[in-house]
Amino acid sequence: MEYWYTEEHSENARFSIRVDRQLYSAKSKFQRIDIFEAEEFGRFLTLDGLMMLTEKDEFIYHDMIVHVPMATNPGIKKVLVIGAGDGGTVRELTRYGTIEKIDMVEIDKMVVDACLEYMPQTSSKLSDPRVTIYYEDGLKFVRDKVGVYDLIIVDSTDPFGPGEGLFTKEFYGNCYKALTEEGILVNQHECPYYDSYAMSMKRAHKRIKEFFPITRVYQAHIPTYPSGHWLFGFASKKKDPIRDLDAESWNSLGIKTEYYNTDLHRGCFALPTYVKELLDEADKD
Amino acid sequence: MSRQDRTPIYDALQKYIDNRIVSFDVPGHKQGKGHKALVDAFGQKCISMDLNSSKPLDNLTHPTGVIREAEILAAEAFRAAQAFFITNGTTAAVQNMIFSCCRQNDKIIMPRNVHKSVINAMIICGAVPVYVNPGTEPELGISLGMSVSDVKRAVSEHPDAKAIFVNNPTYYGVCSDLKEIVRIAHDAGMLALVDEAHGTHLYFGEGLPVSAMDAGADMSAVSIHKTGGSLTQSSMLLLGPGIDAEAVRQTINLTQTTSGSYLLMASLDIARKNLFLNGREIFAKVCSLSEYARREVNKIPGFRAFGKEIINGDTVFDFDSTKLSIHTRAMGLAGIEVYDILRDEFGIQIEFGDIGNVLAIISVGDRELEIERLLGALSEIQRRFSKDPMNMLDHEYIDPQVAMTPQQAFYARKRSVQIKDSLGMISAELVMAYPPGIPILAPGERLTAEIIDYIRYAKEKGCVMTGTKDMEMNNIETVEE
Repeated sequence: MEYWYTEEHSENARFSIRVDRQLYSAKSKFQRIDIFEAEEFGRFLTLDGLMMLTEKDEFIYHDMIVHVPMATNPGIKKVLVIGAGDGGTVRELTRYGTIEKIDMVEIDKMVVDACLEYMPQTSSKLSDPRVTIYYEDGLKFVRDKVGVYDLIIVDSTDPFGPGEGLFTKEFYGNCYKALTEEGILVNQHECPYYDSYAMSMKRAHKRIKEFFPITRVYQAHIPTYPSGHWLFGFASKKKDPIRDLDAESWNSLGIKTEYYNTDLHRGCFALPTYVKELLDEADKD
Repeated sequence: MSRQDRTPIYDALQKYIDNRIVSFDVPGHKQGKGHKALVDAFGQKCISMDLNSSKPLDNLTHPTGVIREAEILAAEAFRAAQAFFITNGTTAAVQNMIFSCCRQNDKIIMPRNVHKSVINAMIICGAVPVYVNPGTEPELGISLGMSVSDVKRAVSEHPDAKAIFVNNPTYYGVCSDLKEIVRIAHDAGMLALVDEAHGTHLYFGEGLPVSAMDAGADMSAVSIHKTGGSLTQSSMLLLGPGIDAEAVRQTINLTQTTSGSYLLMASLDIARKNLFLNGREIFAKVCSLSEYARREVNKIPGFRAFGKEIINGDTVFDFDSTKLSIHTRAMGLAGIEVYDILRDEFGIQIEFGDIGNVLAIISVGDRELEIERLLGALSEIQRRFSKDPMNMLDHEYIDPQVAMTPQQAFYARKRSVQIKDSLGMISAELVMAYPPGIPILAPGERLTAEIIDYIRYAKEKGCVMTGTKDMEMNNIETVEE
């Protein structure tokens, strides 16, 4: 029997994983949710058929979306995570004893419930006492928050479907307002390689730049995401991710990671020429 | 009433295509075979259904087959005695109501905040307006409905008037006491005509203001495409029981196209079915979205989303809570400025902005996600764009000084003058911000200092002013006296 999961990375390019069995399938108010098990990648979660994470390579994404801002400002105490229903981002955050409060806002409770049952690798820390989960629209949640969070992590789906509102100017502006004076916003920034993703990436970059004095883009290699090359946006009111990196103090925390390290922290902001050109174009648009 | 499941026009189109009829008639694109670009642009199915009147497809000007059937189903769904499908826009539906009951010099009682199609109908047929001043909400600066006592006065002063014309609701969602006005009209031997361009949902939702047919009105123009889900430009004219339907059809045929679009007609058919079967649920959701948005907007300092609290038993007899109208003046921004910022900064297109308000239409097609985007953007506008509200012009209704009928003024000898020099002259043209398309000045009305100032201010704030021959609206055509 041949049983394959296939995602179309573009109209003309496909990515497939041989599936051993399907563990879960349901349709929520917002999207279709599936969890599969595969020989090559372990369990993996898809939303509307698009790859969200696999057990084998999720560490890359979650390391990079959490430890880059945390090493830039180890003093971060209050964190807002938007999306991230699988719990992986929260799991990394809970490793910092200095963080006092983690608010997670996920629009789709069914994603969290499914991950609690079938993806314990990422969801195991959602029960940490510092974590409060709000099941609502992220854009709605930030609308009435002023100067509350030191860090906002936007761990969203792509900007088509329920994640759409998290790539808009009204969202970034409201996040700016919700951040403290030294606040940092990190978001998943799509991929630069395929045109449709690159367009979302440029649009997001341009919009974020309008609000934050410091905006950088950094990258990671994530085998199961389209093109395997993924970007993150780093936007900040005061802290510069390279200048203000406090490598010594982060290393002294003794947080064991598999992908992130403080050398990579400096290196991941060095981008390929074509990506720099895309970002320059976004600035000019 | 399972027969409301049917969609006779759409079914006939499908059957026509399935029968692979060879076409030697118009339209010349021959179901797209001769025009690949058209098929690529709009899709094969759509172009295949762009067909011409014929025996199996009936004829809009003299329907005896599937169009007739579809009109009967529509009449039943809208609780009317007769329904006409209109493919020339609700403008045509409104105008045919007036053409059907007014000849030259016949009087018609109406509020001044009618759509421009009403004024244009009077230019064409020579009817004479008797304006009833719609009240103005002092804080919001919006025109309201007609007060029952004002209607009674107009009726007793003009007992020879042929009809009373009512907006149900206004663009902002304000309803007059329609049942009472219909009663007054009928007691005086007049017809009650209703512009329900923004009222399709009143026939299908619960807890909404009364619809024209339910209130016993004689005719109503219902813009199904606005809130009912049919294609743009498709509309219906509904008749109550006392009206000679065949005479109305003769009137409609004076101006309606003889090549009625089957895409528009089929969309009316499909929309009617959906409204009948699912309307209650759809508009319950629309109301709850709209009420939620109103509550959330009202938490943003400087914006006021008004609702049922403006009901006063007379000029606001009822309020259509599907409408999300927001007063912006305390934000230091004109409605039109908020409208422009929403589009240019946030990629959000709303229905209109005027001097003091914006209106967001919430309908069949809306979801929570989009509502949150609108609310997020409004809260950002408050943070980033709000100003001192000093020097904001606030009035909306200007009592017209009618010097001659719209028709006399339109066809008079004219002279073009600069608007700033036009004080005291009689306008030969319409002036309005579009949308909403409610004239600030109609042909036959005098230019007052207030109107000249209003036009200048509206232009300065970025309202799209239309109606004059001069596209820049620096000059206006006036009647030579």
